[in-house]
Amino acid sequence: MKHQMRISCQTTALSELRVFLKKTLGELRISDIDQHQITLAVEEVCANLIIHSHNCNAQDYIELNVKQNPGKLIFEITDEGKAFNMLDYEVPDLNKVKGEKRKGGLGIILVKKIMDEIEFESSKGTNTCRLIKWFQS
Amino acid sequence: MLTIETLQENGHDILFLKGEVDASNSVILDEAITKLVTAGSSSILVDGTGLEYISSAGLGVFMSYLEDFQEKEIDLKIYSLSDRVFEVFKILGLDQLMQIYPDKKTALLA
Repeated sequence: MKHQMRISCQTTALSELRVFLKKTLGELRISDIDQHQITLAVEEVCANLIIHSHNCNAQDYIELNVKQNPGKLIFEITDEGKAFNMLDYEVPDLNKVKGEKRKGGLGIILVKKIMDEIEFESSKGTNTCRLIKWFQS
Repeated sequence: MLTIETLQENGHDILFLKGEVDASNSVILDEAITKLVTAGSSSILVDGTGLEYISSAGLGVFMSYLEDFQEKEIDLKIYSLSDRVFEVFKILGLDQLMQIYPDKKTALLA
C-alpha cells in the first residue's frame, strides 16, 4: 500500500487531509479509535509546518506519503520550509501550559504519545518527518 | 466545519459544538467562550454530542481559560463527548484538569 497527498500550506487544507487519511486508514484493519488518533497526530505535524514553518503561505506545499510495511504504518511528511525537529522540543508540563494560559504546545505532546517512533532529517533544504505506528497485522 | 450554538438555561450558558475543531477554526470556539465571559457568565457547559473531532488547537483554547476560570470561580464543564474524542482529552491528561462528565444530567448534579 502506498498513498500520497500534496497539502497546500493553509489551515483550511487540514480538513482535506482528514478526508484523505480517513479513506487511506479505512482500508486497513485498525480500530476506529486508533484511526482517529493517527489522523490527529499526522494533522498536528502538518498544522505545525503550515503555521510555523510556512506562515500559512498557500503557495507552499507539504507532501505526505503513507506506506505500510509489515507491522507498521509509516507517515512521511516532507517540506522545504524552516526546519523544525520536534525531537529537540522538550515537551512542556501540562500544569505549566495551564499556568501560562497559552494555547500552543499541546500538539507535539499528542504526536509523541500517539506515535511509536518519530524520525526527523533535514538535507539540502528538504525536511522529512517520519511518524511510525506499530500495529498487529 | 464547526458550528457553535449557545443557549441560556437556568443560569447556565450551554455551548453546543457541532463538527470538527482544528487550527483553521479554533478561534470561533475561543470567541464564543470569551463572549460568554464578557457577558458575565459564571457557568459554561459545553455539549460535545455533535463534536466529531478536536485537535490541539481546540484543546488549547480550553486550557487557556482554566487558570482564569479557577480564579474567577467560573464553572466550565464538558459533557457527552464521544469515546474517541474523550480519548484525546485522556491522552493529554485533560480529564484530570477539566470537569468532564458523561452526560448533561451528571454535569449539572456535580
